[in-house]
Amino acid sequence: MTQEEEILIMPGAWNLPFRHTAGRFASRFFRELRDNKKIFGVRCPECRRVLMPPRPLCERCFAAIDEWVEVGQQGTLEAFTICYVPFLGLPPPPIATVMVKLDGADGCLSHILSGVDLSDPDKAKDVVKIGMRVEVVWRDERKGEISDIEYFRPVG
Amino acid sequence: MARRVAIVGVGLTKCSSHRRDVTYPELVHEAVSAALTDANLKHKDIDAVVYGAMDPFDGVFAPERWNVDACVGAGALNKPFIKLTTGGTTGGSVALGGYYHVTSGLFDVVLVVASQRVGETLEAQLVLNTCIDPIYERWMGGGAIMVGANQAASHFHFYGTTEEDLAMVAVKNYANALNNPYAHLQRHLTMEDCLKMRMISWPLRLSDCCPSSDGACAIILACEKRARKITKTPAWVRGAGQITDNYYVGDRPWFQDWEALSILAHRVYSEAKIDNPLEELDVAELYNAFTIQEIIESEALGFCEPGKGTELLRKGVTSMDGKLPICPSGGTLCTNPIGATGLFRIAEAALQVMGKADKRQVTRKHCENGRTRR
Repeated sequence: MTQEEEILIMPGAWNLPFRHTAGRFASRFFRELRDNKKIFGVRCPECRRVLMPPRPLCERCFAAIDEWVEVGQQGTLEAFTICYVPFLGLPPPPIATVMVKLDGADGCLSHILSGVDLSDPDKAKDVVKIGMRVEVVWRDERKGEISDIEYFRPVG
Repeated sequence: MARRVAIVGVGLTKCSSHRRDVTYPELVHEAVSAALTDANLKHKDIDAVVYGAMDPFDGVFAPERWNVDACVGAGALNKPFIKLTTGGTTGGSVALGGYYHVTSGLFDVVLVVASQRVGETLEAQLVLNTCIDPIYERWMGGGAIMVGANQAASHFHFYGTTEEDLAMVAVKNYANALNNPYAHLQRHLTMEDCLKMRMISWPLRLSDCCPSSDGACAIILACEKRARKITKTPAWVRGAGQITDNYYVGDRPWFQDWEALSILAHRVYSEAKIDNPLEELDVAELYNAFTIQEIIESEALGFCEPGKGTELLRKGVTSMDGKLPICPSGGTLCTNPIGATGLFRIAEAALQVMGKADKRQVTRKHCENGRTRR
């Protein structure tokens, strides 16, 4: 094959809409966010951990769960990153994705952190830190989904 | 009773952003032909085929249908043929699938193939986002980079790792890739270059992240009886395994350690009768999609204590001339055809054991086929 040989490109695309059931557990969690601005976890009857987000089964004990526990609206940032580049179809940068352990929960909620200047990585890394205290900011118009919590912000 | 199994042939394709010179089946065939040639076998000698890819990257559902003829010719239609797909770990899964085929006694000679054309998707992170829980966790746009970046940020916080440490991993891998004609990224990189690279997701810069590659890889596995006839340099499988981690990312917030990998390593070392990996291994090919993962994996695999991976790195233990070189190939950091990447690691390790790694060959101190036998 010579360098000059023209190679043609055939276009392709997948555009496949889906509708996922949230099931009974996530539905109740989302209804509480939407209707009451409350955050619930579930307690495993065997290991007694408060799991977040709620699910019907403790994967560690393989035990069925039916106890709901309200957790705090403040928590501790356990892990994070701040994304600085745009990715097709994903939220625009800069965006801080965080793992927040809400007071009273044993697992983390994956969410975003806002209310801080993220534009300069060198400055942001001194503001956003593992162990920092954060709190929920609610969306005014809630739809019964995880983004009813609009974002977390630093406490104080 | 489990049978001994060896890798008797390896075939790699040149990887790059776009292998526009070949169609998908032609790319797969390139790897398969190379493996058959390496083992001096014909397609009729293959008893079964295990194939893998992560479908959405290629934009083709069931790519094994497109590629079945490329595996062992039209006859593949009549051979036992199975496809495995487990996301980024697909390459490891197909190797394990092939190993089970042979060790079980069901098949004597098995072709294992994995392929991926990440260069043909316009946004790999969007595909990776579909791997994440659609009910609670997907909405905020997480992809593979976020996981790697979380690991790095946590390792910085708990163990004092720095951007310079990450840059050192990149420099080492890029230098190794220059010795590997199949590697995708082929350029000299300095510490200074790395630290000036664009920030992708703090603290990972561009040089801390693997590329998107087109490429395919094939290996041939054989039972002991056949392996000894096929080649003088079989690479024996001494241990193999796979493990899963928590489903929800939020259930594993301690990103600085890799607990599941540590458990798996213990299991596989026990099978291979390895007590001290740093002393007993000659080389390690790790899935270092991000610089930090090479450090965390070296800890989880017991090459050092948790948090001491950067010490190994700084002392040069994991460099080409060190005691335990990691990724002489340049690793995932320089070449990432995602669903095939795990198989590239195994193929590269086999080439090292066989003594066929050319310019990237390490010294074989403990190798069964090398000068020193155990």
